[in-house]
Amino acid sequence: MTLPAWIVSLPLLAAVFTFVFPRIRIWAGIFTAIITPLMVVFLGREILAHGAIQMQVGGWQTPLGIQLYADGLSVAMLGITAIVIGCITFYARCYFTGDVSSRYFWPLWMFLWSALNALFLSGDIFNLYVTLELLGLSAVALVALSQTADALSAAMRYLLVSLTGSLSYLMGVALLYAANGTLSIKLLATTGAASPSIATAFALMAAGLIMKSALFPMHFWLPPAHANAPAPVSAVLSALVVKASFYILMRLWLVIFEPFINPSTAQLMGVLGAGAIIWGSVQALVAERLKLLVAYSTVAQIGYLFLIFPLSSITQSNHTAWQGGFYFVLSHACAKSAVFLAAGSVIYSFGHDRIKELHGIVRRMPVSMFAFALASVSLIGLPPSGGFIAKWLYLNAALTGGHWWWCVLIIIGSLLATAYVFRFFSRAFSYSPEVVEERPVPWIMEWTALGLALCALILGFIAPAVTTLLDAGNPF
Amino acid sequence: MTRKHGDSLDSRTGRVMAAISVLALTSVLGWTVWTLPPFSDRMQRLVASNMAISGVENPVTAVLLNFRGYDTLLEIGVLLLAALGVFSAVPSPVILSKSTPSPILILLLRLLLPFIVLAGGYILWIGKYAPGGAFQAGAILAAGGILLSTAAVPFNRFATKTMSIAMGIGLLTFIVVALATMMVRGNFLQYPVAQAGTLILVIEAAATISIAIILTILFIGGNPEESPTAKDEGDKAFIIERDNTTK
Amino acid sequence: MTISLLYALVGVVLLGIGLYSLIIYSHLVKKILALNVAGSGVFLFLVATANQTSGPVPDPVPHAMVLTGIVVAVSATALALALACRIHQVTGTARLTENEPE
Repeated sequence: MTLPAWIVSLPLLAAVFTFVFPRIRIWAGIFTAIITPLMVVFLGREILAHGAIQMQVGGWQTPLGIQLYADGLSVAMLGITAIVIGCITFYARCYFTGDVSSRYFWPLWMFLWSALNALFLSGDIFNLYVTLELLGLSAVALVALSQTADALSAAMRYLLVSLTGSLSYLMGVALLYAANGTLSIKLLATTGAASPSIATAFALMAAGLIMKSALFPMHFWLPPAHANAPAPVSAVLSALVVKASFYILMRLWLVIFEPFINPSTAQLMGVLGAGAIIWGSVQALVAERLKLLVAYSTVAQIGYLFLIFPLSSITQSNHTAWQGGFYFVLSHACAKSAVFLAAGSVIYSFGHDRIKELHGIVRRMPVSMFAFALASVSLIGLPPSGGFIAKWLYLNAALTGGHWWWCVLIIIGSLLATAYVFRFFSRAFSYSPEVVEERPVPWIMEWTALGLALCALILGFIAPAVTTLLDAGNPF
Repeated sequence: MTRKHGDSLDSRTGRVMAAISVLALTSVLGWTVWTLPPFSDRMQRLVASNMAISGVENPVTAVLLNFRGYDTLLEIGVLLLAALGVFSAVPSPVILSKSTPSPILILLLRLLLPFIVLAGGYILWIGKYAPGGAFQAGAILAAGGILLSTAAVPFNRFATKTMSIAMGIGLLTFIVVALATMMVRGNFLQYPVAQAGTLILVIEAAATISIAIILTILFIGGNPEESPTAKDEGDKAFIIERDNTTK
Repeated sequence: MTISLLYALVGVVLLGIGLYSLIIYSHLVKKILALNVAGSGVFLFLVATANQTSGPVPDPVPHAMVLTGIVVAVSATALALALACRIHQVTGTARLTENEPE
């Protein structure tokens, strides 16, 4: 079974080729955008049929070598990555029009994709560090692509936070190796040393990964970075890059750390998640620019992800909580990227995204606004959408344990989301007498946004299939 | 926003709080290190017992290029990515020849560069048997490149044309070898035992070239093909204008 | 206290110094330098760990980790410095403005 290696190598090859031969960059990018999702589909079918797949790189058994590990959860993440990046690739084809930024966008974009793929397939904690750095550097370079002063400052801030997070994570890796003598996640799971090094290593790794996932109060770098990056970059940052470090945190928690960590840590993460939901939503309510509103919405939605921790500590609803959390990851990826793409189309057409001045754009850009509306359905958590399924699983988990306060929080979060979404829509639907100069938007840009929004909705209909996939290989 | 000469964080209380928290973190970490369980020899023995089939005699090279070669592959990708990021973020190089080359430095370079290249090649070769290898050799060659840049020697046409290829050849060779071994034997990056040493040398040679060029470019801080001329003033105005459109 | 433990503790202290400087200073180059110092602390810890084998031969895996880590750190530092230079070119200052005015 060589598919995992191809899934990592193909975007890497594309990255090198698009850099060395700039003339073929668009074709190489589109080729990768079509072939990689196909490979992920085949991998998914293989895992559903035979369970988790392990691949020893170099033929060396762990602990000597590195293991690539693919179970249902990895494939779900790979799949959502492929769908989102694939769609955004077509959007970016029209967005970056043949100038300097286009020349460097494609190799950076392929590096980002290969970093994500390598990350979701890795089964070795040091290998995860290298993939995290690959991911962080490509994300920062992509943010800095728009070359405005705000974008450069945001990119610098993002880079500093990212490097600090990676360093903290690396120190955790070093501690784990010093204590256990192995870097393989599977082997670390079986060494049960409950020495203080486990708790410290977890604290270090968690702190680093939380910084990279922008959990409140470490979220300060996210709004400027996501708001000032080019629209396709903002989409992939909010949808996938912040989820990657969260995915690592989940894996390590599930496989290695959970038995050894004080349960109050889980509650603490839940409290921070609650803070993120409230603070992010409030800031989104007062944001003046559309992309800033959406960026703060990301801050809020990341808070929901961290509710997995307290909800999963309720033993009867352990499984449901995990499924809910990752359903959130999947549907938010689709919905948020759709929203950012729609916002990008607005900027492309009107040259700005100041909400006060966006009167009546529904009439001018119906497809993008429809995409925005559909995606908002998922963000708010209304049926039938992926976001609804996720919140419903969460509510189920919370009520099984009698923890009604999380239910209250989730409902408040939904209400706040409705508020900030409608704040934008009331403008968009209002009557506008003036004639505003606009650029016609290429149809691909509007329809990819719509496609991603539809994915978020479809996730609401195929819940049993998705949960079966998530469970393949027993990650939880 | 003016800052005073001390250029430190807001207020004294901020600094004190930062100091206390960092001190707490450091002491917890120090105590953890103190109470670490005894280190096991398992990994070292495992590496030693597999040295015979690894194709090299230096254990660190074996780990880097054979047992954990996948990490090295990604790491060469990180290097190339950094150069890409620098190209895209900085339109023209920070350090490049603005003046005529200095004659003293040119004389020094004439004497030094052959030895630098020789040392680089030797370090690359000796990596199989003793400390050395691609990264070390690449760094030495990059030192030569840095000397060239600081001596303000202009790049000739051949160099700039082949620059991208030279930058990409390391990663490309590594991936091609990895995929080829996978298609022949069925496992990613699994060298056939008889050819392991040769393959490692090929990969390292390509990587040395890439690493040397990339490190030199990282030092220059931009794309040598772009000229650092008076575009800067015009750029500034353009960027301020783009600011207003909040793109 | 063995010599390896001493080096490991020094590594931890370097990590602390680096983190403190990262928080305190607002000049970008100082922040980048602070991150490098902290990274060197982690690498020193890893090298000290490698030395703790019972025989005379050290463990090569942490050495490979440090080599990889150094290359990654150099790449990241280069990108950070390039961004800092560009920020200085564009805004005229080498410090990040505290709050984004929205």
